[in-house]
Amino acid sequence: MIPGRFGPFGGRYAPETLVGPLEELEAAWTEARADVAFARELDHLLRTYVGRETPLTRADRLTAHCGGARIYLKREDLTHTGAHKINNALGQALLARRMGKRRVVAETGAGQHGVATATVAALFGLECVVYMGRVDMERQAPNVHRMGLLGARVVPVDAGTRTLKDAVSEAMRDWVTNVTDTFYVLGSALGPHPYPTMVRDLQAVIGREARAQILEAEGRLPDELVACVGGGSNAIGLFHAFLDDDVALTGVEAGGRGLAPGEHAARFAGGSPGVLQGTHTYVLQDDAGQIQATHSVSAGLDYAAVGPEHAWLRAQGRATYVHATDDEALAAFHALARLEGILPALESAHAIAYALRRAPELGPERVLLVNLSGRGDKDLATVRAC
Amino acid sequence: MLTRGAFIPFVVAGDPSLADTERFVDALAEEDADVVELGVPFSDAIADGPVIQAASERAATHVTLTDVLALAARIKSRHPRLGLVLFTYLNPVFRLGFRRFAAAARAHGVDAALVVDLPPEEADEHREAMAEAGVKTVFLASPTTSPARLRRIAEASTGFVYYVSRAGVTGERAALSSTLAAEVARLREVTDKPIAVGFGISTPEQAAEVARFADGVVVGSAFVRAIAEGGDAVGRIREMVRSLAGFKRP
Repeated sequence: MIPGRFGPFGGRYAPETLVGPLEELEAAWTEARADVAFARELDHLLRTYVGRETPLTRADRLTAHCGGARIYLKREDLTHTGAHKINNALGQALLARRMGKRRVVAETGAGQHGVATATVAALFGLECVVYMGRVDMERQAPNVHRMGLLGARVVPVDAGTRTLKDAVSEAMRDWVTNVTDTFYVLGSALGPHPYPTMVRDLQAVIGREARAQILEAEGRLPDELVACVGGGSNAIGLFHAFLDDDVALTGVEAGGRGLAPGEHAARFAGGSPGVLQGTHTYVLQDDAGQIQATHSVSAGLDYAAVGPEHAWLRAQGRATYVHATDDEALAAFHALARLEGILPALESAHAIAYALRRAPELGPERVLLVNLSGRGDKDLATVRAC
Repeated sequence: MLTRGAFIPFVVAGDPSLADTERFVDALAEEDADVVELGVPFSDAIADGPVIQAASERAATHVTLTDVLALAARIKSRHPRLGLVLFTYLNPVFRLGFRRFAAAARAHGVDAALVVDLPPEEADEHREAMAEAGVKTVFLASPTTSPARLRRIAEASTGFVYYVSRAGVTGERAALSSTLAAEVARLREVTDKPIAVGFGISTPEQAAEVARFADGVVVGSAFVRAIAEGGDAVGRIREMVRSLAGFKRP
């Protein structure tokens, strides 16, 4: 396989000014990931600052409620800053420091990646600018406040759909303009090579831990893994350690208000191959190749393209992608709150929604492992309004 | 397709309408434009600054790549000596298909195409299709391009090489980069092909300065902004060409 490609997907479809910096980033990452001292520092901070490893919780009341497979939750919501995003942001910030960059920029949708980046920027004394769509700033206001407290500057994006896609474009424009001193901390397994690979490598800790934990708890591997998929970093992070195992992999996209154009973000249900923001993957687009508007109740899944490695896992038949609607996700949010005492992020609630459907189809001898990628405190206003 | 001292204005096709763009290009051709870059609207113009980005977003709601190709044919039939370059993002081309795009470009009188988010490393299929159809390719080089890649970019460019005057997005800037002349000289060392320079050029002084060492001078955002102001855009465009292309009449 060509580096940077996942089968036919992935690649480096970047404007020329970014090609040199992307090559430099790839070289720096290749060197860093082979460096024992880098790995040791990352691992140390993951334990002592992020709070890893995160627990694997057996969700007994949720299991009883569904009346089928035993459900386990991988608790990424219990990390410092409350979502899996910190695993990646920490690794990239360490790399930025190693490369001598003094400034980091990031995009954010739900605000979790922005908060994670602002957090590690504070930790390492880096200047931090976060781009966020105006629509997302309104619906994820607590995270905007949090980023400000951490010393980051949040820049509203008024272009296009004013959501995650437009924030990515704006962060890329900043990077291309300030490329000598700036590092772009991309938050999902998206964008031009090496980002999809680097982000996956940094998130793969989720699956490594979960694999060992479920073996300890059950004495065997789970039957199926479930994770929500926006760009798809929490999903690819969970899946990766299980790729060679006989374990079903299911990604859950945002079904929004239904599958009419503009009403959802289910790229595999309503999209087709295309190129967006540096990578070749499944994209929601019209016949002329214009990118379509998306909708999801969860800002983190509200994005027109999916990480390229997911497109490849699906093409090979290795992973399956389904979707859950806004209403299903909200119902799952409430179910998890009442049954397990956990408020999930609305993104993660999509994975729970699928588990609620799926578990009853499987017998009680089966095991379902769901990635609870983040906590839902940021979503209280949205949930209250629905 | 580019001779020394060429003036190359850029407009976003379909902003505000295709008929307007046609009138604008008529004016550009009647004044001193040698080549016109037609921007194909795209919803997510990551290499563009606010002015072109906004125009592109406006036009993308009602103009397709196929429409722009039809516009190109109309322009070419009236101005056969005007060079026509399509400036586009990859996804509309990818959606149409590289082969179909190249054949359509040829059939509609397009001389060359620049796909802004398609570096030569990813462009094999595009280059083959364009060579087969007999349409020229233009690739970007920039201040962050390594010497090895400068050579590769020059090789891949069959029309001219487009040098990005400074790292960043398109848009007007107060001053040119102080190292621009030296950077273009560095590019000259690896290629005999014509070199156009763009991104950030908006005043007659800047255009004249760039014309001293480049073969073509591209001005984009200034025209797109003048068009967005409405009113007598054609009149404004004519005056702008006269002053911006002043370097052609020393």
